[in-house]
Amino acid sequence: MTDVQHVVVEGAALSFARGHRLQHDRVRDVWIVQAPEKAFVVEGAAPHILRLLDGKRSVGDIIQQLAIEFSAPREVIAKDVLALLSELTEKNVLHI
Amino acid sequence: MTLPSPPMSLLAELTHRCPLSCPYCSNPLELERKAAELDTATWTAVLEQAAELGVLQVHFSGGEPMARPDLVELVSVARRLNLYSNLITSGVLLDEPKLEVLDRAGLDHIQLSFQDVTEAGAERIGGLKGAQARKVAAARLIRASGIPMTLNFVVHRENVARIPEMFALARELGAGRVEIAHTQYYGWGLKNRDALLPSREQLEESTRAVEAERAKGGLSIDYVTPDYHADRPKPCMGGWGQRFVNVTPSGRVLPCHAAEIIPDVSFPNVKDVTLSEIWNISPLFNMFRGTDWMPEPCRSCERKERDWGGCRCQALALTGNAANTDPVCSLSPFHNLVEQAGSQKTEFVYRGR
Repeated sequence: MTDVQHVVVEGAALSFARGHRLQHDRVRDVWIVQAPEKAFVVEGAAPHILRLLDGKRSVGDIIQQLAIEFSAPREVIAKDVLALLSELTEKNVLHI
Repeated sequence: MTLPSPPMSLLAELTHRCPLSCPYCSNPLELERKAAELDTATWTAVLEQAAELGVLQVHFSGGEPMARPDLVELVSVARRLNLYSNLITSGVLLDEPKLEVLDRAGLDHIQLSFQDVTEAGAERIGGLKGAQARKVAAARLIRASGIPMTLNFVVHRENVARIPEMFALARELGAGRVEIAHTQYYGWGLKNRDALLPSREQLEESTRAVEAERAKGGLSIDYVTPDYHADRPKPCMGGWGQRFVNVTPSGRVLPCHAAEIIPDVSFPNVKDVTLSEIWNISPLFNMFRGTDWMPEPCRSCERKERDWGGCRCQALALTGNAANTDPVCSLSPFHNLVEQAGSQKTEFVYRGR
């Protein structure tokens, strides 16, 4: 079995593309991503991953931190992080 | 009593003043005057109340919102409140210094309108000489600033054949998104319907042009169809009083920008009542909220929570009663009114000319 090929690799540093941002919706108590003329809810591990993006830290670094924070195996965290970040990069919500 | 879900979006119509005079303008037939416009402090309070209520995005619109000297200040307020700010503009008043201060104030996105791709077509609709060149210049400035940009084209019988050129212009100008919106027939649009409504063949051709462009990729496309040629109505505003709130230049609060034509109800004003009270308990916002108000054929329809009975303003304008099923629906007893629409009129009635 081969792993899925992701557009995002561990060495990359990502940030939100202009016009996109993560924010906590206080009224509905959910995390959302604001985007041009829409907003979408992000759930589960996603807000924890996205709040660490600053355009400087590598994805590998972020995976490491989350593995410690959530006391989970690194490869499990890596799979989720790379899948989410790749999807949002392909949608131009994030850029490398 | 449980409160309704909070609104997602606020359409802040800062002014009805505009250098253009398009015959499908979404402003009401009775334009509000400059002297009646809310002041900066009141708009600031409106934004604060909107954020408190749960609004996530504010669309600064008009008229031409850049005609208001306090636009930059209001964008800063939106930024401070973590509201996503969108400027809906014709671009004809935009220059580099103005864009720079808007950018610094934290403007998130710009929706720039074009009336056509040709100068003649644009001037016939907008009525402002030289507007097209100013819009192209505005688009280049926005592109250079890095602020994400959507180009908006309202299409109708006279320009619908040029949709492929509209996409080409959007790509040339570096817009990330394009909105191709068929004219909606309320207010000015309804007044000019017989000169604007495309034929069914033109509609089909426009849909093919949009699909062909989508297949190319690289451009995010919003396509709004004219519901006159549809069998089922659109979920107007995502349902009355469910997602969207509109504040007019003088502070009236509406469930949609055309709602002032609804008779026998009072229109609450932010100068008298808070936005939250208006959203939650005003008779206007509860009038057509949910499904309890629905007549047949909506009441027993399986689609009633998908299209919410369509558009109340269209029902009123065409059938005389806002509580009727939207006549666009083929199940409506008034559907023939929609089928008969569209003769070959060619004269426009313009606002403010």
